Amino acid sequence: MSKAAELAALIGSQSSLSNRNLIINGAMQVAQRGTSVTGITSAQYHTVDRNKLQVNTAGTWTAAQSSTAPSGFTKSIKYDCTVADASLASSDYVFNSYSLEGQDLQNLNYGTSSAKKITVSFYVRSNKTGTYTFEVQTYDGSTYYRNGKTYTIDSADTWEYKTITIDGNTSNSIIDSNTEGMTLFWWLAAGTDFTSGTFNNGTWVTSNTERVANTVNLADSTSNDWYITGVQLEVGEQATPFEHRSYGDELARCQRYYFKGEGDPSSRNYYGTVYSTTHGFVIIDFPVTMRAIPTIGYTARATSADFDSTSYNSVDRMAIYMQSTSSYVTYPTADAEL
Amino acid sequence: MNITSAQYGTAELEPERGNTRVIATIDGVEMQVPLDPANRHYAEILRQVDAGTLTIQDAD
Repeated sequence: MSKAAELAALIGSQSSLSNRNLIINGAMQVAQRGTSVTGITSAQYHTVDRNKLQVNTAGTWTAAQSSTAPSGFTKSIKYDCTVADASLASSDYVFNSYSLEGQDLQNLNYGTSSAKKITVSFYVRSNKTGTYTFEVQTYDGSTYYRNGKTYTIDSADTWEYKTITIDGNTSNSIIDSNTEGMTLFWWLAAGTDFTSGTFNNGTWVTSNTERVANTVNLADSTSNDWYITGVQLEVGEQATPFEHRSYGDELARCQRYYFKGEGDPSSRNYYGTVYSTTHGFVIIDFPVTMRAIPTIGYTARATSADFDSTSYNSVDRMAIYMQSTSSYVTYPTADAEL
Repeated sequence: MNITSAQYGTAELEPERGNTRVIATIDGVEMQVPLDPANRHYAEILRQVDAGTLTIQDAD
């Protein structure tokens, strides 16, 4: 095949030449919640936006936005084991996850004979070499379907580029809504509840026990760490170069799921307006329409007997009602993560 | 998600609207959660209620 024909075939195999990366913040630039969290023993969104470290009685971890990165990138996520668990119980696990809305995945044609392949690519690094499991999970509104493959970290403390292609699921659709339709898992440790069956290895299954191959336990030493950046998920079976987006573009995309208000540059307060002789409202328009009505947080607020941070909110604003004519909230947050 | 308490709340200005939120302690932090099934905190509250491990108390 001539070079021109190869190029034409490659272009024709892709769904688009721009906006092809389905992952938001794949270069790990945005970290609205902060750049480092220590003492992690449970599942939560900690630092870098859209990424969730999930731990179930498998050591203690620090999550950080790191400046250690491969050429072409300046940021990564670093997960560092600070208390080890060398002997995992059956239900123990550690993984990084990333979830997508089902309504954004309908072009994959899952549940039909024309279901499309997807390809994930990423840069990964760890002191611990060996075989790791990457997994895609979809949801159709009633059942979760899983499909995993392994990748190998060959050299310690060295950035390596990995690509994994997953077959389309011709039998089961993805829910068409603003709720979770697909989640990507990078497994770092798993007990036998997830490993005791025959690893599905590229086949769509529902069983928990077939999810993870006999892979490394990254929780087995406090010397262990794991980095990832340059995550790209695209339609087709060809990984293309990472699609870099500006910080502003990525921040706006992240704000559909999480918003942290910076407020007054000194106090970080958002001040309210007087509603009556005794009460006020702090009203903040979100910069981006959020995925769902969010849960509101803050670090401080005016003293108030009556306090309602929720009843007057929508996907495009928060309106916090309080018994104070000097109403304010400090560092308000809105959480509409999946 | 560790949810240790949950109670319905009404709108302070318009209690006649009925329940508009759940005031819950989640992972040790008191949160006000909207009654939006797409909100992950409310979805988890509903899941735990269905599982019989959590009860939402009536509003005061």
